Parts: sequence; structure tokens; C-alpha cells
Amino acid sequence: MSAAGALGKDLLGLEDLSGDQIRLILDTAEPFKEISERAIKKVPTLRGSTIVNLFFEASTRTRVSFEFAEKRLSADTVNVASTGSSVSKGETLVDTARNLEAMRIDMVVIRHGASGAARFLAERIESNVINAGDGTHEHPTQGLLDMLTLRDNFGHLDGIKVAICGDVLHSRVARSNIWGLKKMGAEVAVCGPRSLLPNAIDEFGVTVFERIEDAIQWADALNILRLQLERMHAGYIPSLREYNRVFGVSRERLERAPKDLLILHPGPMNRGVEIDSDVADGPHSVILDQVTNGVAVRMAVLYLLAGGKPELAEAAKGGGR
Amino acid sequence: MPSRQTTVLDARAMDRVLRRMADEIVEHNDGTDDLIIVGIQRRGVQLARRIVACIADREKVDVPSGALDITLYRDDLQTVGPRPVVGPTDLPWAIDGKHVVIVDDVLYTGRTVRAALDELADFGRPKRIGLAVLVDRGGRELPIQPDVVGKTVDIGDGERIDVLVDELDGKDAVVVAATGDA
Amino acid sequence: MTAPALLLRGGRIIDPSQHLDEIGDVLIVDGRIEATGRVGEVRRDGDALQTIDCAGRIVSPGFVDVHCHLREPGREEVETIASGARAAAAGGFTAVCAMPNTDPVTDNQAAVGFIIRQANRAGAARVYPIGAISIGEQGKTLAEFGEMVGAGAVAVSDDGKPVVSAQLMRTALEYARTFGIPVADHCEEPTLAANGAMNEGIVSARLGLKGIPSEAEEIMAIRDILLARRTGGHIHLCHMSTRGSVELIRWGKERGINVTAEACPHHLSLTEEAVEGYDTNAKMNPPLRTADDVVALQEAVRDGTIDVIATDHAPHHYDEKEREFADAPNGIVGLETALAVNLTWLVHGGVMDVTTLIDRMSCAPARVFKLPGGTLRRGSAADVTVFDPDVEWTVDPARFVSKGRNSPYAGRTLRGRAELTVVDGQVIYRRYRSS
Repeated sequence: MSAAGALGKDLLGLEDLSGDQIRLILDTAEPFKEISERAIKKVPTLRGSTIVNLFFEASTRTRVSFEFAEKRLSADTVNVASTGSSVSKGETLVDTARNLEAMRIDMVVIRHGASGAARFLAERIESNVINAGDGTHEHPTQGLLDMLTLRDNFGHLDGIKVAICGDVLHSRVARSNIWGLKKMGAEVAVCGPRSLLPNAIDEFGVTVFERIEDAIQWADALNILRLQLERMHAGYIPSLREYNRVFGVSRERLERAPKDLLILHPGPMNRGVEIDSDVADGPHSVILDQVTNGVAVRMAVLYLLAGGKPELAEAAKGGGR
Repeated sequence: MPSRQTTVLDARAMDRVLRRMADEIVEHNDGTDDLIIVGIQRRGVQLARRIVACIADREKVDVPSGALDITLYRDDLQTVGPRPVVGPTDLPWAIDGKHVVIVDDVLYTGRTVRAALDELADFGRPKRIGLAVLVDRGGRELPIQPDVVGKTVDIGDGERIDVLVDELDGKDAVVVAATGDA
Repeated sequence: MTAPALLLRGGRIIDPSQHLDEIGDVLIVDGRIEATGRVGEVRRDGDALQTIDCAGRIVSPGFVDVHCHLREPGREEVETIASGARAAAAGGFTAVCAMPNTDPVTDNQAAVGFIIRQANRAGAARVYPIGAISIGEQGKTLAEFGEMVGAGAVAVSDDGKPVVSAQLMRTALEYARTFGIPVADHCEEPTLAANGAMNEGIVSARLGLKGIPSEAEEIMAIRDILLARRTGGHIHLCHMSTRGSVELIRWGKERGINVTAEACPHHLSLTEEAVEGYDTNAKMNPPLRTADDVVALQEAVRDGTIDVIATDHAPHHYDEKEREFADAPNGIVGLETALAVNLTWLVHGGVMDVTTLIDRMSCAPARVFKLPGGTLRRGSAADVTVFDPDVEWTVDPARFVSKGRNSPYAGRTLRGRAELTVVDGQVIYRRYRSS
């Protein structure tokens, strides 16, 4: 029994994957959910593998989620945190890559502030590379766990209407969701002020809502993005207060929806800015399920990428039950 | 090219064997107390359900059952090539202090059973673990022996033995075919 | 040491300055064009005569590149005046103009003199320095145009950077009139373009890279054109890259404003799609734009709205380019691929004939910057380029004469190549044909 549509060496983004490959990851994540419910949350699958979490941007939740995924598969993990880019003091990304290769690391999970950094690393080392977020480009495991959460609730993804709300311009989570959902046949919309949407958004094949009320009327689920304080300081919006008044997802706004909307948020939340507390903690919020699914999805990705070597498989034929 | 297949057990024969296996399991356990039947994915699961049904029929007791997917515990994951599909594991009952009987369709090298033993150890500490297999084809690579055997079949290199179950394959049978055939 | 007389025999002589296009010979004596004529008609008795067979080649006035970066002083590990001048010769250029964003900036007569001396030492293509508009290219105080021109500068520019202050640009245009030199501007509105790494569009949105909208260039272009109108000065717009800019230049020229413009081979051939995969060898400023912009630029070069083609040759070290896209420096080399790129996309691509191309690469640059050259008229300095317009070759940056290797054409097969470059009657570059 072998899985169709192998993933290749790396997971750099959802734009490069086919619908079958995405489906494979989501299906593989299902049995991994169960492992996190056991008393002994560990399987020996990646025993002896070395995985480095190379985080150039501070991120507790994503890194911890990956760490759990790695340890529950019995891998050995090492965390490397660095705050520099290639131009600041410290090692360049190229030299970091070469050093990792020299230490015979099996897999690298990288988060970096520059778009394209994960691909840059993947092209230079033989280890598997998993993109945990590169600049404003993609955050594929987040997109996958969002889709898994949606699929758990609706039973399927095609035809589901998902509105991604907030700072799409600077969001790698938004991009990964757009590519992934479209490949799985969902209908995707974005909603936010035009100053926070890419100028070319109309060419992405998504519906654009300029008012949150319209998005709420249309959608089956809302994926609410975190609004970052820096955007206000950089002048993209005048104030967080105004953002909340005009675009915030509140209980009153949701009550006017024709149906119960599923609420997702990649976290961490700015309560009272893009999302009100009673929505975040409300009955239709699946934000905590997203976190649980995150570990399962990451375990699935690690499992699928750490593929065996087919040439040894030939030698091993005959070993069976 | 038509596949040359020899049927070792047809549906009726298979049913008789399973009934006998169910009786043996109950006999070894001196009854149905503390018994849990766990099938190994995939076809072991269907056979386990049949055995549970036989026991219910005979003893009028519903013995607990579960399913075990051992893919993540395989010892050959590094060499097997593209990742095998992982099936569901479902052990709804605590296994501490119980008599767990592992059910599988074909026993060959014994590595699958070893993986199942490792996995069960992560769930708890049964009082006793037994092994029931429909077909024993010899060729052990590990010191593992079954407690209950449906049929012992001697086949050569270049042949394989397959168990078919109605739920997955459309019919019940045990067949021998040359390897290289589908 | 006088060069022997040189006879270039049997090539197709194309000289747009004389409306000349015939198969013939060119005789060069004492560094000057002595005569051109039909094959065999041009004779010289007496002194030693070196004959070079140019059959199947085109013989044209030497190419002049009005925009390149030679990095010396300051970044000699990346290019020197000597290596750059030799690279120019290998590309068929007999003269180049060197931009002043060196380290220190070329903003005084001593710095200008240094460049001229280094160029003379190199003995390859001529190098004309361009002086800075402002001291240190800081955009605050005017540099001494007069002294720089006296030392040999042919124009002023703060290239690398835009002139942000309209008042400074106005003053520069007025002051430059005294010396009859053009003011060349790198058009980039800094707040719109800030931190941008490529053209703003669907590709930048997909790749998650901050984009530079075309308006960043167009806003400064129209500003400069209007200031040229007000001051009567000569504004030269560097490396134009958008359809909008072309339309604005056309508007200015229709009104008799003294505006000239240049476009680079890469903007005439490649689009923003070259950035896919985050290839830093496709990163330059202004960035590669859309296919529509390329078409508009090609047409503008053809009809003369854009007067000249310049390379903006900008070498960078391999280590600098080998990094995350947003952090990599802007710029690509171009001296050794310009002719081939232009022939492949513009001439063989059917956009214009080779005579027009020669004008845009030789006659027009010389005319716009008031440099000697751009002609094969009898008595003029013998700056000649001989090239094969059809030969196919594959670009291998490892074999460049330039120290820079950062080219987006690496591995591509192009058509056309310089074979012989003559400056002052001296052969400064010769490519030997493989049999």
C-alpha cells in the first residue's frame, strides 16, 4: 500500500501542490489526531531523525506546534532562533544552510521574514525543508490546518464559501488559504479596506468585499486575520479603533447573517480589534480546534515528507507480514 | 495474462475455520471475561468482527473489539519508498489487565505482529496478549508464534497468499497466486 | 607609436549618419577613417597595411553606452575601470559613460580626472565620466559642474538615486545650460518605491514581494519634463521602463521640450515573470515590468521617442546576489550581452531593422551626449564595431570579461555577437572565429 501523489522533497507552499496532494495530507492527518488523544502521545515513526526548527522570526505558537508534532513522532528536535537576515550581523542564510547540511540534519522547519527564503534554503540543502512562514509569501501548514478544520465541520471543501478578512496584503496565511481552498474547489472571498488588499487582488480569482457586512451575508465561514499594529503605524489604516468599528467581526454583525458562520482565526488574536471576545469564545468559533488540528497536520506533513528511499525498498522486497 | 490462482479456502470453508478459531479463543481464555479482540488493519479488522460475531452467537456475550493500524510502528518505513497510507486506530476500551487477542489475516515474517505488540505497549499493559491468524504461511524472521491458527499453508518463493473478505473484496476466500500477479 | 593602416574588407557597411548601407571596405589610417568604398576600390600604397576580412559581418560606427557603472573607485573587487572598459570592448562598445555613484562619489574635478587617467591606462573602450549632480549624491548641494566638465565630465547625474527635490532638479537644469551638458535623472518617487523589490502586479502579489508601481517612475518623469520646459535645460531620462513613461516623453517631445530618454536591453526583452523562483539575477531598478510595457518600449525605440539604448551595466559580487530576494542588491551586467539581446529581440524579432538599431546604439548616443563618434565619415576618429548579426551563442557568465556574473541571460542562446572593436584605429578587441 503506498500513497498516491508523493509530495517531493519539500513543502514550500500550497500554490505548488495539486488538489490530490492536498487531499493526501488532510487524509493523512486524520489518524494522527487520534495519537494526541492517547495517554502515551508518541509513535516511533521518525525515531532517529533529526529535525531543526530554524526560526528567524519570533513565534511561540507555530514553533511549539511543530515541536509537539516532531516529538510525538519520536524525532530528535533542535531549536535555532536567530533574529538576523543576511544583511545584519551574523551568519548569512547560505552559510546557515551549509552548516546544517554538514551536520546531516534530516529535516528543517524554517520561518523567515523574507519571501522566498524557504525556497532559497531548499535549493541549497538536501534535507527536507518545511516552510513555516516566509515573509508575506506562504504559510502552508496553517492553510492546511484551516482546511482540515473546515472539512471537519462541513464534511467536504468543494462549494464551501470562505471569506478571508483583514490584512490580506501582508498575510502569508491569506495567500496559502486562497491557493489551497481554490484547489479543493471552495469559493474564496477576501474582505478588507483596499489599502490592505494587494492591488492585483482582482486577478487572484476571488470575490472582493469592501464591507464586512457583505462578506458575512455571503460566507459559510470567516477566517479572520490578525491586524498588526505596525500597519497602523505605517499608515495603511488610520487607527485600530476605526478598523474595529468598520471591519470588526462582532456578535451583532453575525446575528444579521442568514446562517451560522464558522469562525476561524490563525492567532494570536487582537480581541476587540479584528474580532470581538464574544465571537472568539462563542459557539461557532473553532479557533481551538485549529490549534489541535495544527499538530496533526504537521505530523502528517513530517510523516509524508520523511519518505523512504525507493532503492532500499527494492532490496527490502520480500520483507512483509 | 490470466492469473493462476488456487483457492485454498472458499467462503464456506473460511466460515467454518473462523467459527473454530472463535471457539479456541474462548477455550484458551476459559470463557469471555476480560477478553478483547483487536484486528490489525486492514483485513484483520474484518476477521476480528466475524470472530466477535461468532462468539456472540455461541456464548451470547458481546466481547469488546477494536482496530489497530500498525503503519507508524513498522520497522521498514525508511526503506519502503513512498509513504504508506495510515489507517485508523480505534481502541475504545482500556486494555490494562485484559486478555488481548490480536487477529490478523496472514502470518508470515512476524514483523507486523511485533509492530502491533509495540503499539499495544503504548496503550497499556494487558494481562496477556494472544495471537490468532487465519493463515500461517511460515517464513518467520522473528520469534513469534500464533496461539490460534486457521490453516497452515506451505507456499514457495514466487507465490503469495491473500485473504479476501466480502466487505473489501466482494467475496470471502483464501487464494494462492504467483507474485507478480496483481 | 603609430598604428599601421587598417583595412576592413568586404563587410556590410551601415552608417546611419551618412545613410550608408553597402558592401565595401573601410580604410583606417593614423587613427582616422581615411576612406570607405566598394570592395577593392579602396587602396593604399606604401605603409604597412593590416587587412581584416569582414565578409558576412556588419561594419558600423562604434557603439556608445551612455549609462554604465564601473565601480571604481571603491568596489574594485566587483569591477574596475579597466575590466569594465575591456568588457565594453568585448561587447562591441567603443565608448562608455561611467556613472558617478562610486565610493567616494565622483563629484569633483579630481575624481573625474582619476577616471580618465585609469581609462587611458586600460587602453580599451573610451570612458567618459558623468559627474554627480549633488555633492556625495546627497541631494542637497550642487556639485561643481564647471570644474567637472573642465576635467572631462560629459553630463551630470545622481544615478543610483533619484533627485528627490524638485527645486534641486530645477537648479541643476538651469545651471547645466551654461556648460551645454545633459542632466540625467533616475526617475523613482522614493515613498512609492520604498522597499520595493520588483514590479507591482500579480507576480509580486503572488510571490509576497513588495512591488514598485509604474507610477513611481512616471511621476518623476513628468516632473522632470515640466522642469525642462520651464528652464530650457536638457533632461535625459535614464532606463525608462513603462508604457506610461513613453507616453509622457512623447507628450514632451511634441511640445518641443528638450527631453531625451534611454531604455535598457533587459527592459526591451524580459518581463516580471523572470523573477519567478525568486531569481536575484532578475532584480534591478527600475524592475522588469509587464509584456505590455515591453511592447511599448520596443515601439518607442523604433520610432525614436526613446532616443538611445543604454546598458545600465551594474556588476555585483556573487555573494551579494546569493541571498534572500528582498535583501539582494539591484542590478545586472549588460555590456557583453547588449548587442546580442537587442539583435535577438528587436531585429530578429521583427520590431526594427538593424540600421535603426545601430543608430540607437551609436549615432544617437553620441549625438544626445555630444560625444565624438557615431559616424564613419571621412576624417572622423576611427571608432568602429564589426559584428556578426546571425551567429548563435550561449551566454556563459563564467566566461565574461567583466568581473560581474549577474546576468539574467545565463544559459540562453542569443543571436548576434561583436567580433572586432576598433578605437582610434587600434584593435582593442577581436573575437577569433571558430572554424
